[in-house]
Amino acid sequence: MVLTPADEKELSEMVAAASGPLRIAGGGTRPIGRHVEGDTLSVARLSGVELYEPGALTLVVGAGTPVAEVERVLGEENQRLPFEPMDHRALLGTDGTPTIGGVVATNASGPRRIQAGACRDSLIGVRFVDGAGTRLKNGGRVMKNVTGYDLVKLMAGSHGTLGLLTEVSFKVLPAPAAQATVSLPGLSPAQAVEAMAVALGSPYEVSGAAHLPDADGGPVTVLRLEGFADSVAYRSGKLGDALKRFGAAHVETGSAEVAATWRAIRDVEAFAGTPGDVWRLSVKPSDGAEIAERTSGKVMFDWGGGLIWVLVPEGTDLRGRLGAFDGHATLVRASVETRAKLPVFQPEPEPLARLSRGLREKFDPRGILNPGLMG
Amino acid sequence: MEMPAPDTDILSRKDRIVQRLQTVLPKTAVIHDDVETRAYECDALTAYKCPPLAAVLPSTTEEVAAVLKICHGEGVPVVPRGAGTSLAGGALPTADSVILGVARMNRVLEVDYDNRFIRVQSGRTNLSVTGAVEQEDFFYAPDPSSQLACAIAGNIAMNSGGAHCLKYGVTTNNLLGVTMVTMEGEILEIGGAHLDAAGYDLLGLICGSEGQLGVVTEATLRILRKPEGARPVLIGYDSNEVAGECVSDIIKAGVLPVAIEFMDRPCIRATEAFAKAGYPDCEALLIVEVEGSEAEIAEQLGVITQIARRHNPVELREAQSADEAARIWLGRKSAFGAMGNINDYMCLDGTIPVSSLPYVLKRIGEMSEEFGLDVANVFHAGDGNMHPLILFDANKPGDLETCEAFGAEILKLCVEVGGCLTGEHGVGIEKRDLMTTQFAPDDLEVQMRVKDVFDAKWLLNPAKVFPLSVSAERRGFAA
Ligand SMILES: Cc1cc2nc3c(=O)[nH]c(=O)nc-3n(C[C@@H](O)[C@@H](O)[C@@H](O)COP(=O)(O)OP(=O)(O)OC[C@H]3O[C@@H](n4cnc5c(N)ncnc54)[C@H](O)[C@@H]3O)c2cc1C
Ligand SMILES: Cc1cc2nc3c(=O)[nH]c(=O)nc-3n(C[C@H](O)[C@H](O)[C@H](O)COP(=O)(O)OP(=O)(O)OC[C@H]3O[C@@H](n4cnc5c(N)ncnc54)[C@H](O)[C@@H]3O)c2cc1C
Repeated sequence: MVLTPADEKELSEMVAAASGPLRIAGGGTRPIGRHVEGDTLSVARLSGVELYEPGALTLVVGAGTPVAEVERVLGEENQRLPFEPMDHRALLGTDGTPTIGGVVATNASGPRRIQAGACRDSLIGVRFVDGAGTRLKNGGRVMKNVTGYDLVKLMAGSHGTLGLLTEVSFKVLPAPAAQATVSLPGLSPAQAVEAMAVALGSPYEVSGAAHLPDADGGPVTVLRLEGFADSVAYRSGKLGDALKRFGAAHVETGSAEVAATWRAIRDVEAFAGTPGDVWRLSVKPSDGAEIAERTSGKVMFDWGGGLIWVLVPEGTDLRGRLGAFDGHATLVRASVETRAKLPVFQPEPEPLARLSRGLREKFDPRGILNPGLMG
Repeated sequence: MEMPAPDTDILSRKDRIVQRLQTVLPKTAVIHDDVETRAYECDALTAYKCPPLAAVLPSTTEEVAAVLKICHGEGVPVVPRGAGTSLAGGALPTADSVILGVARMNRVLEVDYDNRFIRVQSGRTNLSVTGAVEQEDFFYAPDPSSQLACAIAGNIAMNSGGAHCLKYGVTTNNLLGVTMVTMEGEILEIGGAHLDAAGYDLLGLICGSEGQLGVVTEATLRILRKPEGARPVLIGYDSNEVAGECVSDIIKAGVLPVAIEFMDRPCIRATEAFAKAGYPDCEALLIVEVEGSEAEIAEQLGVITQIARRHNPVELREAQSADEAARIWLGRKSAFGAMGNINDYMCLDGTIPVSSLPYVLKRIGEMSEEFGLDVANVFHAGDGNMHPLILFDANKPGDLETCEAFGAEILKLCVEVGGCLTGEHGVGIEKRDLMTTQFAPDDLEVQMRVKDVFDAKWLLNPAKVFPLSVSAERRGFAA
């Protein structure tokens, strides 16, 4: 059965009345995690912009609002979501309409995460319904707010296991007038991570740093700059100078080309339509090259080496292969059988796992919200 | 502000408790005599004072864990303390509590420029974090005005902000990991040099939890490369409305200044008399700062001054030199000192949606007459975080109470227009009893359940954040 409440009140009544597990759905484009049995509860109808004040960089929207609609509304005022959420459809082979609530529930953040923060950093308020059907709010519509505990951060990335998001508020940012990609060809992963560290440690405000070992024309390291046109031109030159020892840099300023490059990285286009499992590793950037080597898979680096996308044959126990490392591994794309065998999320050490369980019991005492999804 | 009555049973066990603490700490690290404990009787909210049962000053995470195990076993409340600069009474003890101060834990543990982080013990002061990396032209971004004194521990507990957070964010956006000890004495490692959590964002939950979920002993912080340069411009207007419109237009134009500060006439006059920064006598003053190379600064200031001119400023002054830049900031930076020079003052910290600025300032002016107390406004205008300073006379009977009542009305107004009670100072005891104006009972209940998970007996800083009547039943377990 698919439940489609029209508003938060009806949603809370449905949760309160539920007698078994609920599968929480936004647009259903990111069925990452274990398969959840039970009725589907879709928030898709809780859609629409509640408040948008461009002069205050504030946006409040229903959780079921399509991401495309959010981007369109912001675009009209030349603003954007800072954290550049990916579109999972090509990678996961899903269709449907991604929702902003799904973005928040997964704390989805793209290449700009290294400069502008993750989804959770832009999220300033939430309304949600817990597992008992209680309607709750935390945070608000102002960007400076330390009143009470920060449950906003907790809800981001909780994959619908602590509550159903009904409304989300963001701090948004101006979209830049110009952007450029500075690229360095031919580097090894180790050299690339080093070059990206130099770039990110420069004063030139790099907003993307990725390395594609298997690009069409051979390995390429790409760095993104955004801002006013003169400033981007100035910083491109300076960055090229700072990276001289890594070879001659090429600068691309065509806005369509730059956008396409970073969309491909954001959406991991290289692995779309390929056979195999896709993992996502978050690591200490300077460990990136060595860890990537140990995966024995096909890899792509983002976040200056701190984010590694890995393609391995189906059923590979990548965590077993890697052993202990500083960071975590998430199984993003795999068959139902593999996901039943390998935990999707990196198992937490016991004291943290106990706290997580404790939180889940408080927010969802009956254990009906996406049960089993996060342990 | 009411505090719970001390537990007489705990008071009667003081000797034993002190003795037990002395078994896990060096002698000089356990302070228990009536004179010395007075150094810990208050934080920067000095209107409220109470010496603790004892104060301990551990040097390592393991010592912190040993102390907490003992206190947990004895059922003694613990109040964590950094540098004691909280303006909300967050570090105020009760007579039956142990102050756990991290001031001796101030070492740098690791600096990693390649991965852009620093790992420090939590007692290290905010400014000395930047001090440890500035030889390589790096800095730690969150910059509370108290940064010379306040500790990273307190910054994390309060999720502190600063003048530059419009661009760089507040503490939570610059915190990568912590080592934290639970009330039961268990040591947790959360986060680290990698980004984001494997599971729930516990780090985000701990930041801003006002010392109620655990004692933070170490922190991994993001460090950033310093910009090539920075320069402010000073803009004066005849009306608050117009100044507010100018701020909104600057943001809409796609410029993201690092700071937009706002001062009203009473504040301008007071700081001018004190610091002589050469500010014009006008209704509203903006200080807007941008960063980058010389050319980038010029480009951004070009956009900003063009917008500012459209609104007919009474004054528009671009800093032409480092000296002029310093003079523009001088008045703003000495605003609190200037107030302290005139009078006792209470500094509020509510946030409002930027669009309601003119209305809120008008209402504060009216309330100022009703309550018979003067108020001056400084304001992080880019993010809506207000700092109304209410002037009062601590020696005049009843003045403090009037001031508190006035302050409460201002904070209620902030909530009414869609804002919140506190933007960066925290709830502590100061705003505790106002929490019900911002949150429904269920919203407070779910927050208290989070504390139940981390501190089932409610021994860590228990009398803060939640109205005493709301938390009474839970705190009862502590007895
Ligand atoms: C392990 C993992 C890693 C991911 N990494 C990234 C990433 O790096 N970058 C990126 O951009 N995206 C990432 N995602 C993204 C992602 O799933 C979403 O970004 C998203 O937009 C989904 O939109 P949707 O509406 O199609 O969601 P759905 O596919 O319907 O739901 C996605 C998940 O969110 C839950 N959910 C949806 N709506 C709500 C709601 N209103 N309240 C509570 N829970 C809800 C669902 O139960 C489900 O678990 C990741 C997801 C997972 C599970
Ligand atoms: C003149 C002045 C200007 C200020 N300007 C600003 C400003 O611009 N921005 C701003 O945000 N704040 C400002 N403040 C407020 C204050 O400086 C901050 O709240 C600061 O972060 C407190 O740090 P502290 O180390 O002094 O903490 P303390 O006052 O010692 O404690 C504050 C809170 O943190 C908890 N705590 C302390 N140590 C730990 C620990 N190890 N583990 C867990 N919890 C702990 C305490 O229990 C308490 O609740 C200002 C204060 C003053 C006096």
